[in-house]
Amino acid sequence: MRIVAEHLTHVYNERSPFAVKALDDVSLTIEEGEFFGIIGHTGSGKSTFVQHLNALIRMPSSMKRYRKKRLKKGEAPPPATVLKVGDFDLTDKKTDFYALRKHVGMVFQYPEYQLFAETVKEDVAFGLKNFAEKGKHLTEDEIRAAVGDALAAVGLDYREVADKSPFDLSGGQKRRVAVAGVIVTKPEILILDEPAAGLDPLGKQEIMRLLHAIHGGWCKTVVIVSHDMDEIAENCTHVAVFDGGRVRYVLPPAELFRKTDELIGLGLDIPLTAKLVAALGRRGIELSCDFTTEDFIRKTLALKGGGA
Amino acid sequence: MHAIEFRDVDFAYGEGEFRIQKLNFSVEKGEFVAILGHNGSGKSTLARLSNGILLPDAGEIRVFGTLLDEKHLYDVRSRVGVVFQNPDNQTVASVVEDDIAFGAENVGLAREEIGKRIDFALSAVGMEAYRDATVARLSGGQKQRVAIAGVLALRPDVMILDESTAMLDPKGRREIMEVVQKLNRDEGVTVLLITHFVEEALLADRALVMSKGGIVMQGAPAEIFSRGDELLAYDLTLPRIGIIAKRLREGGMSVSDTLDVEKLAEEIAGCVS
Repeated sequence: MRIVAEHLTHVYNERSPFAVKALDDVSLTIEEGEFFGIIGHTGSGKSTFVQHLNALIRMPSSMKRYRKKRLKKGEAPPPATVLKVGDFDLTDKKTDFYALRKHVGMVFQYPEYQLFAETVKEDVAFGLKNFAEKGKHLTEDEIRAAVGDALAAVGLDYREVADKSPFDLSGGQKRRVAVAGVIVTKPEILILDEPAAGLDPLGKQEIMRLLHAIHGGWCKTVVIVSHDMDEIAENCTHVAVFDGGRVRYVLPPAELFRKTDELIGLGLDIPLTAKLVAALGRRGIELSCDFTTEDFIRKTLALKGGGA
Repeated sequence: MHAIEFRDVDFAYGEGEFRIQKLNFSVEKGEFVAILGHNGSGKSTLARLSNGILLPDAGEIRVFGTLLDEKHLYDVRSRVGVVFQNPDNQTVASVVEDDIAFGAENVGLAREEIGKRIDFALSAVGMEAYRDATVARLSGGQKQRVAIAGVLALRPDVMILDESTAMLDPKGRREIMEVVQKLNRDEGVTVLLITHFVEEALLADRALVMSKGGIVMQGAPAEIFSRGDELLAYDLTLPRIGIIAKRLREGGMSVSDTLDVEKLAEEIAGCVS
């Protein structure tokens, strides 16, 4: 499923003194199969954008009581807003949003705060039962199998954790159980808001490894929102940079992180590899790499080979 | 005199596996100490023991010489302030000023004194302009600065930051670290900083690494971060720049274990030309 947004605008608290334009004419396409990164400082519109993708924020035109604004005389009609996820048209009130959400899984920031059930298996099964087709009753075996798959996908052993309270687990394990609760329905698109935030370094690596492991199977597309530029540089196929509700750049990391000055100007960090490339550049050494650690090391060592 | 001193401290949460056994450590007055360790290593337990949120099963904890027991709990808490991870869990009032006053009111300070404390705390965290602002409308970094101000209004001698920057964006993190460094430098506040961020730990005078409830490494932060094999053994990793330097070395480039980007670039340049 491909994600297409065109001329997407969103205002919080519209027609009130607290009105904030969170998205301002955003156009962005995310192809199926991508491991897509979204970056931008706090308040840039990243979260508002991703919440549109599984209709947590509904387009006004998809609401029951929506009436088209009447244009004043001589006023040009605004450009048509498009928001499509695969075949789901999110601007249309007839769309089956329930079905959409089954295909688009959303993992919020600090998802472990949303754990609620008494045991891990109940917590993970909750979404599965809710998304089961109407009138269809899942058997215990089906639930057991799906929960087992989801836990295995996040690197946990069913027998070991299933009957434990999710609150007795470590921070990293809780995070993984929470992710399991989302992927248990095998969403085709998985959106994660800062999946690694707050974890220790190994916990971070582990989460990213898990995402790569499920990406490409039933999960076709992964979208991550992150402040960690190293994480973005290492993992993503394309990156969108949000700033003030607009999309400034959509580029592969290899091209994006060459724009060191522009990114710093937007109040963003750059990955360590980009800092090193820039520092080498100031010493007259041109190094062209895709900003992953592996590529940086390979190219740097090749420099030496050439010089010797 | 030690600001905080642990002597043979034992602690366990009920019947769980995790326990602290015979823990000895101390922090000097005015020192800035970073505490590292993987999730579940005991860092937060250490913080909670340090101001009596948890009491030890055995051994003793002294804060500026005062024994931390139930009798002296409030004396100790007025000297040791803790800032936690989630800014939303640490604000109680709807207006910044009221929120900062909360702790000071609770210890029964005079009205004029509270006013002075609020002035001091607001300027210390650089939030003077937000005195009458609604807490809910602040950014995460600003809320966390308000939480710090609330602790500062009690004029603590020791501040413990338990992953206080983990939920903030890079800008919010820098704001907090600037405030913390300033308090340590200008006000002589002793700081215990629990963090996963290398760049934050590097600001400290000394770093401790915890694992399984014990302190397993100690030293200057830069020195700790160069001991890759040991870090790995305690479920931590070398900082990314350390990994790069190590790999370059393995590839035959003579670069040092620096954590400084410019220095590493200089050394690479030296090897190439």
